[in-house]
Amino acid sequence: MIASLTPRNVVVAALLLLLAAVPIYAFVTGNAFLVTLFTRVIILGIAASSLNLILGYGGMVSFGHAVYLGIGGYAVGILAQEGVTSGFVQWPVALFVSALFALLVGALSLRTRGVYFIMITLAFAQLLYYFGVGLDRYGADDGLTIRRRSQFDHLINLSDRTQFYYLCLALLLATIYLIWRVVNSRFGMVIQGARSNDRRMRAIGFPTFRYRLTAFVIAGAICGVAGALLANHTGFISPATMHWTRSGDLIVMVVLGGMASSFGPLIGAVALLSLEEALPILIRAMAFPVFGDAAVGMAEYWQIVLGPLFLLVVLFARGGIDGLLAGARRG
Amino acid sequence: MAEALLEIEELTKRFGGVIASDSISLCVPKGELHAIIGPNGAGKTTLIGQLAGEIAADAGRIRFEGRDVTALPTDRRSQLGLARSFQITSLFLDFTVLDNVALAVQAHAGHSFRFWRDARSESELRTPARAALARVGLAGRADVVVSNLSHGEHRQLEIAMALATKPRMLLLDEPMAGMGPDESARMVKTLRELKRELTILLIEHDMEAVFALADRITVLVYGRIIASGTPEAIRANAEVRQAYLGEQEQRHG
Repeated sequence: MIASLTPRNVVVAALLLLLAAVPIYAFVTGNAFLVTLFTRVIILGIAASSLNLILGYGGMVSFGHAVYLGIGGYAVGILAQEGVTSGFVQWPVALFVSALFALLVGALSLRTRGVYFIMITLAFAQLLYYFGVGLDRYGADDGLTIRRRSQFDHLINLSDRTQFYYLCLALLLATIYLIWRVVNSRFGMVIQGARSNDRRMRAIGFPTFRYRLTAFVIAGAICGVAGALLANHTGFISPATMHWTRSGDLIVMVVLGGMASSFGPLIGAVALLSLEEALPILIRAMAFPVFGDAAVGMAEYWQIVLGPLFLLVVLFARGGIDGLLAGARRG
Repeated sequence: MAEALLEIEELTKRFGGVIASDSISLCVPKGELHAIIGPNGAGKTTLIGQLAGEIAADAGRIRFEGRDVTALPTDRRSQLGLARSFQITSLFLDFTVLDNVALAVQAHAGHSFRFWRDARSESELRTPARAALARVGLAGRADVVVSNLSHGEHRQLEIAMALATKPRMLLLDEPMAGMGPDESARMVKTLRELKRELTILLIEHDMEAVFALADRITVLVYGRIIASGTPEAIRANAEVRQAYLGEQEQRHG
């Protein structure tokens, strides 16, 4: 976050300006779709940033991070269904239940390493996914429609697209700043040390488990808030939010954007969701002159292009897109 | 005899059918530099592992400053002042040299549930870290990323990390492993200075260094102590000559 004119800082600044300008652009052109798309980008950017705290800085490859999006979402959905629409109640509940679940998962999974850790986090997430599928009272498989967005009295009106957008953007920036402070603090040095060499950390006198568990809980709590935002954004929550493929998406965002980088997860979220929108259109446009109407069907296979792109970044840019930009400064 | 800092009683460890520690009993008084020698596979590193708390002993007791530490985890032993270095370099390779040592200082500067202040700007951590680096001759390399250091510098940093934990006793596992003659000589000089203020348990293959530094030497063969005494006594011990030193002399001759 040092203010100098490097390619990386220019890109980050441009990205933030762009995000700030989206509702203005939408207002001028009357195209509301971009606000909807970028609200989603920003919320998933918060979720990916929280995952980056444990995955990028802490080296804990949680393969069940989307479960907190689900917990946060269901906290809003279930409370709304039961007549509690106040955001002052819903959001703290989303945060605390997510933190509590992270405490449980972390306490068990952080005693293991590598593949076992990945499998335990995945197993807990799937457990909750199937629990959601069985929740007959709250829509089960079909999910739950949230008819009223979280109420914050006269403070802010979440039904207003623009207000909601800027609230999400503010929370994203707050999250990035918070994580930046945390990873450079004494606490942050400990979790990064444990990623680098846990054995040595214990030999020099750190009980690393309690620090890693705390990081795991912080990440879960932040992602729970992102879940509350997401449920408000879509007006809907279903078990699909917690599916393991959603957790995979979050990992892709972090790795694509740049692990252990402040803005990397946001860059990853923008890149992944933009590609999701743009690739089908691009494929259709490029294939149409050659294949005619068959191009429409081909566009459905946009992931065939996304996969190799992701592979290239992982193979040739260890620090993700953010690492490429940082490298451009030196080169 | 001076007050015992480290007492080992009947320490035993088996790996399957192999006895790595065969009821080892040893007493290291405060201020002593005690060397442990023995051929490869004698169980020297396993012994350090048990003293540091990374390996659980099958039987026996370890006392440090009169306190039974046999069941304590590694980090608690470090907090009591028992610091180890590693034979195979074990550092934070993606951190700078100063960050490595500052982490070791931080481990002994209260709890680390401090989430806000920039740890790299805390003089409370950086100043002692720089002092530890100066003691091993790495002061000029503070801002280099550890993976870019030479092997000899890694070994020096190993010692600086152990020193930064404000130890009462050092457990050094082959600090001179893989070093050239010049680097070894510098390490001997460093250890000689440390010896004045710290109790040290030293495992080393470099016999010249061991006989130059040690107050007492213990010889370990197949997990069993076959002799323990002053360097002169060890040099004169027939069993040791046959089991260990003799072999080397023959090989060299």
